[in-house]
Amino acid sequence: MSGQKVIELVKVNKVYDMGAEVQVNALKDISLVIEKGEYVAIMGPSGSGKTTLMNILGCLDTPTSGLYLFDGVNVSDMNDNELAKIRNQGIGFVFQTFNLIPRSDALHNVELPLIYSGVPVAERKDRAKKTLEMVGLGERVHHKPNELSGGQRQRVAIARALINNPSIILADEPTGNLDSKTGDEIMLFLEELHKKGNTIILVTHEEYIAEHSRRIIRIRDGMIESDLPIEKNGKVKVHHDAEKAASSIGVKG
Amino acid sequence: MTLGSELKEGLKLSYAALKANKARAALTMLGIIIGIVSVTLMGAAISGLTNAFNNSISSIGADVLYVQKWPWGGGDQEWWKYRNRRDMKIDYADKIRKDATLLSAVAPVVQRLGTLKYSNRVANNVMVEGTTSDLSYVSNMSFIEGRFFTDIESRGDRPLAVLGSDVADQLFPNQDPVGKTVKINGLTFRVIGVRSKQGSFLGMFSLDNLVIIPIGQFQNIYGTHFHPTIEARVVNKNDMGDAIEELRGIMRKIRGLSPYQEDDFSINQQDLLSNAFDKIATIIGGVGFFVTALSLFVGGIGIMNIMFVSVTERTKEIGIRKALGARRRTILAQFLIESSLICLGGGLVGLAISYPLSMLVDKFLPTSMPVSLAFIGIMISLAVGVVSGIVPALRASRLDPVDALRYE
Ligand SMILES: Nc1ncnc2c1ncn2[C@@H]1O[C@H](COP(=O)(O)OP(=O)(O)OP(=O)(O)O)[C@@H](O)[C@H]1O
Ligand SMILES: [Mg+2]
Repeated sequence: MSGQKVIELVKVNKVYDMGAEVQVNALKDISLVIEKGEYVAIMGPSGSGKTTLMNILGCLDTPTSGLYLFDGVNVSDMNDNELAKIRNQGIGFVFQTFNLIPRSDALHNVELPLIYSGVPVAERKDRAKKTLEMVGLGERVHHKPNELSGGQRQRVAIARALINNPSIILADEPTGNLDSKTGDEIMLFLEELHKKGNTIILVTHEEYIAEHSRRIIRIRDGMIESDLPIEKNGKVKVHHDAEKAASSIGVKG
Repeated sequence: MTLGSELKEGLKLSYAALKANKARAALTMLGIIIGIVSVTLMGAAISGLTNAFNNSISSIGADVLYVQKWPWGGGDQEWWKYRNRRDMKIDYADKIRKDATLLSAVAPVVQRLGTLKYSNRVANNVMVEGTTSDLSYVSNMSFIEGRFFTDIESRGDRPLAVLGSDVADQLFPNQDPVGKTVKINGLTFRVIGVRSKQGSFLGMFSLDNLVIIPIGQFQNIYGTHFHPTIEARVVNKNDMGDAIEELRGIMRKIRGLSPYQEDDFSINQQDLLSNAFDKIATIIGGVGFFVTALSLFVGGIGIMNIMFVSVTERTKEIGIRKALGARRRTILAQFLIESSLICLGGGLVGLAISYPLSMLVDKFLPTSMPVSLAFIGIMISLAVGVVSGIVPALRASRLDPVDALRYE
């Protein structure tokens, strides 16, 4: 790949203060570099600190200590507005529970990041429609989340994550609330996005989901246990499958 | 995100949020509606009273002094001190006119209700005023027809009458009254003039239901035990203070007061009435303000409560918006706009209710609802919206994104 660092963590710690001198050390001295175009899976048992790490990577939370460089910029000591801007333009979130706004239709949900970055109405409607078409929901633009299936909802969420052309896509168990077939469908989208050069970081419990990625980081008790690339044959296999399935459900490459 | 697009988005979102909870929004509005109705009705009543008062008071010339036993507006001494004063006498008028340099006309005026008859027509409860020819100069009288009595006629106590326009209309619906003879309590008078229309005092009684006759004739009818008001016109309004002092000096001389004795008469003028009215208006206004402020306060608390509920309900949504890049300011604006919209809606409904209500009240009490009052009502409701929304909105804007996202 290009070798350009998108994310660099240096000895990042996160400590939750529970009062009464009880402290939870959720992340311990995590150091990590992720380059542009990488497709990384983060794995680990429940309570190991995956979500905590994702929140910090997504600038929703700040480390207790250590350094976090996003696109080469130190975000450890940014103020609220600067963090909001990074979340808006640098990061696309895909959540396990979709997290769509229930009262708004698919189009408005996808528009939101553009609204917050001040894109004029006509342009943002246009872009939101195109992005929804790209995830195969061109016919569902004015459906509310409760009028969509789980897989469709997650595709709306992916469209929303993509719309501002973020530097990275963060997906915390994106298939956790979906059946395995729909889950596979979502994974194929991520595969497509990876092929188009997007940087993707994925949290998952499932080995077979993680195998879609190119690199697996395993954490345990807030520490990195292993950080290994996936062997060639798995990679090729996934790649091949993805292409076939993607064309069968009409995704443009 | 620019301020304009932020406003527009906030408006859209708030509108959708309110639409989703119509009944709740309507109930919350009720508090503001009541507040705004009381603000505007109170304001309309006060401005109506003020208008009516100002119209009425113009019948009391600003450049006329009234010498009387009682002070207008209550005075500042014990009431019995005023009661014990000596009464005014008719001949004071001549004495004052003789000595005064800053007064142009001085007339004694006595009043009593009486009955007028012309052939078979009768006018009851007419104000019968006995005075001298000077009164036409004191109150700068104008006439629809005819004239006032002259100095000679007045001194000779000729049986002449000047009618108010209401009386003229009543007794002479289709005729010219001038030259006709009317009977006042049985005595015969010849009509020589009809005074032009004066209107009413505070909408309560007509100033045109009167007849003016020479003071000696008045005494012929009612006897001599009526005590007059001495009315005097100031030559130059700018010399009002000096004129009052001069009049006081003359009155003290007439009354034979020694330098250490207090005045035993009052010199009244329009200002005194205005001041008394202002005092009453201030009290009404103060009480009204208190009641209104209280109802708006209660309404505001209702809004604040509902906004807290709204923020809590939408904690997750706030988290999502923050994850997508909404700034604190944006979230703050969203909730502030929502509370302001509730209040603005309440304000508009309140105005829509109070406007016809003020028309209805107008039938009993002169009211008027100026445009500025409607504007003030809208501003007040907006202010209540912002003030009661600010704390919930601040809480929403300061939510931690991670905590908010985790909220179920
Ligand atoms: N807000 C918090 N306050 C206190 N402790 C917390 C908080 N959030 C997480 N923790 C603790 O930090 C540790 C890591 O939690 P985290 O949610 O990151 O785990 P996870 O790897 O995402 O688990 P799961 O797979 O179940 O989602 C846990 O021990 C958890 O109890
Ligand atoms: Mg988790």
